[in-house]
Amino acid sequence: VSWTQWRKLKSNILVVLCGGAVVLALIPLAFVLFFVVGQGISSLNWNFFTHMPAPVGEAGGGMANAIVGSLMVTGLGALFAIPIGVTAGMYAAEYAGSRLASTVRFAADTLNGVPSIVIGVFVYGLVVLPFKQFSALAGGVALGVMMIPIIARTTEELVKLVPTALREGALALGASRARAVWTVVLPAALPGIITGIVLALARIAGETAPLLFTSFNNRFFTTSLTQPISTLTVQVFTYAISPYEDWHRQAWAGALVLVTIVLLCSIIARFATRRLERMH
Amino acid sequence: MAKDADRSFRLVTGFVALCVVALVAGIGVELYRESTLSVQKFGFRFWMTDIWDPVSGEFGARPFIWGTLYSSVLALVLATPVALGIAIFLSELCPASLRTPLTFLTELLAAIPSIVYGLWGIFVLVPFVRQLQVHTPDFMRALPFFSGPPLGVGMMSAAMILAVMVIPFTSSVAREVLKAVPATQREAAYALGATRWEAIQTALFYARTGIIGAIMLGFGRALGETMAVTMVIGNTPRIALSLFAPQYTMAAVIANEFTEATDDLYVHALVEIGMVLFIITLFVNVLSRALIWQMNRQPKPRAKAATAVPAAAGGAA
Repeated sequence: VSWTQWRKLKSNILVVLCGGAVVLALIPLAFVLFFVVGQGISSLNWNFFTHMPAPVGEAGGGMANAIVGSLMVTGLGALFAIPIGVTAGMYAAEYAGSRLASTVRFAADTLNGVPSIVIGVFVYGLVVLPFKQFSALAGGVALGVMMIPIIARTTEELVKLVPTALREGALALGASRARAVWTVVLPAALPGIITGIVLALARIAGETAPLLFTSFNNRFFTTSLTQPISTLTVQVFTYAISPYEDWHRQAWAGALVLVTIVLLCSIIARFATRRLERMH
Repeated sequence: MAKDADRSFRLVTGFVALCVVALVAGIGVELYRESTLSVQKFGFRFWMTDIWDPVSGEFGARPFIWGTLYSSVLALVLATPVALGIAIFLSELCPASLRTPLTFLTELLAAIPSIVYGLWGIFVLVPFVRQLQVHTPDFMRALPFFSGPPLGVGMMSAAMILAVMVIPFTSSVAREVLKAVPATQREAAYALGATRWEAIQTALFYARTGIIGAIMLGFGRALGETMAVTMVIGNTPRIALSLFAPQYTMAAVIANEFTEATDDLYVHALVEIGMVLFIITLFVNVLSRALIWQMNRQPKPRAKAATAVPAAAGGAA
């Protein structure tokens, strides 16, 4: 083989290998989805959503309390994170050149990289220890801390996409910066910000580690903010590491619900982002 | 006055923005405050000894550091070639019509919750790995890397699952970085008669800082990953080279033992592990961001500036 032929051959082989890498990465994705759907669907029924967990040895039962708990804790997290995240992101976009803006960007990226279990320990010290009580509130704070950087960074990116002419128009009409942001920039960026929030929800709804010792777990139905509360993820974990067949089935059903929620949110967010990017 | 309104607007939003910064600092302070007992009692010895015996109050965290580093390095070895292959394929080779769906699919890997990976790990991957280990030929079993009984749970399962979870992060950042390489680089290579791969090599070389950053970002993810690893690594605090051996990681020991920790010293020992995990991931992340940032800052005549590392790498941002 001549040198040129060898170079061409090598090029082709490596190009094929790169394509192979994509296939290789999609194999586990297909396997995970296949098993979650396959195992989950057989255990998923209406009772799963309306019934309480069944005691060991009893078939059936559901995760009604955990589903409500997950909704509550995630909702609380969003409640904490949205005002802080959106405002911080807006600051970073509006005063993009300032030192604080780059510090905030850096802090958000750093916070995004902090392991979720460490966030759990932090919130344990911050909320659980002072009140001497695991609580839905603590779980909400933990998830909120994780959502803040995601919301802040997406808000920043999307506020930056709002055409400068819009903002300048408002300012030229004599509006203050606050008014320009509030009445012109924010409404223009709103669909994007909502997309960012959905994306953050998708990322956070599946979190387990930060909830293990903040919202903890609860065998009973509760909507109290100051009581430990059951969540889908923690419940799936508890069931998965248990030795009982019935519980394993419940865990797969829980995983299916989780994956469905997370994938739906991701897909919605993705399509919305695509449309936004094309709009601007 | 609009000027006053402007100033107060900046003050208020700036204050909230500052909260995000304070949050990061707050995590450090809180972790330090909650770990003083163990830091004072054991000092540096905490990280040099292997005995983890909560009953007698003996805490040595070296096996956890080992398990975390070993599993993350192994995951990196498995994930990096695949992630780079994906990044190269999607940014350089892929037909335009396939690019969007394939990007979306590879990023879905990052969307699947850790707990779901863990569940799948316990019931699908671990039995598979056990079979793999049972059928390992004897001459390989003689090597220290493959010694010990075939349990399924252990370092091999953990590294494999971590690799899958890290791939989307590394590949999405590497793709952004490759996108930022000026087209002139590749055109110049082609003009000199380079093959397709040689042109890619030129782009890779140009992007090397950013690519190292992308790999480190994946490493940071692997270090802190908790649930999936906890469920498949076997949770045994012992330093072993063998891929078959059940081991333990820093994140996993916190997840498993935190709510069981009854006395203060035990809790503080666990928080100290959390603090060090925080410091290590902070260091790795800052370094990787710095590398990626430096790469994006280089003058690029024709390419559109790559967006800063998306906060939601793997997400849609």
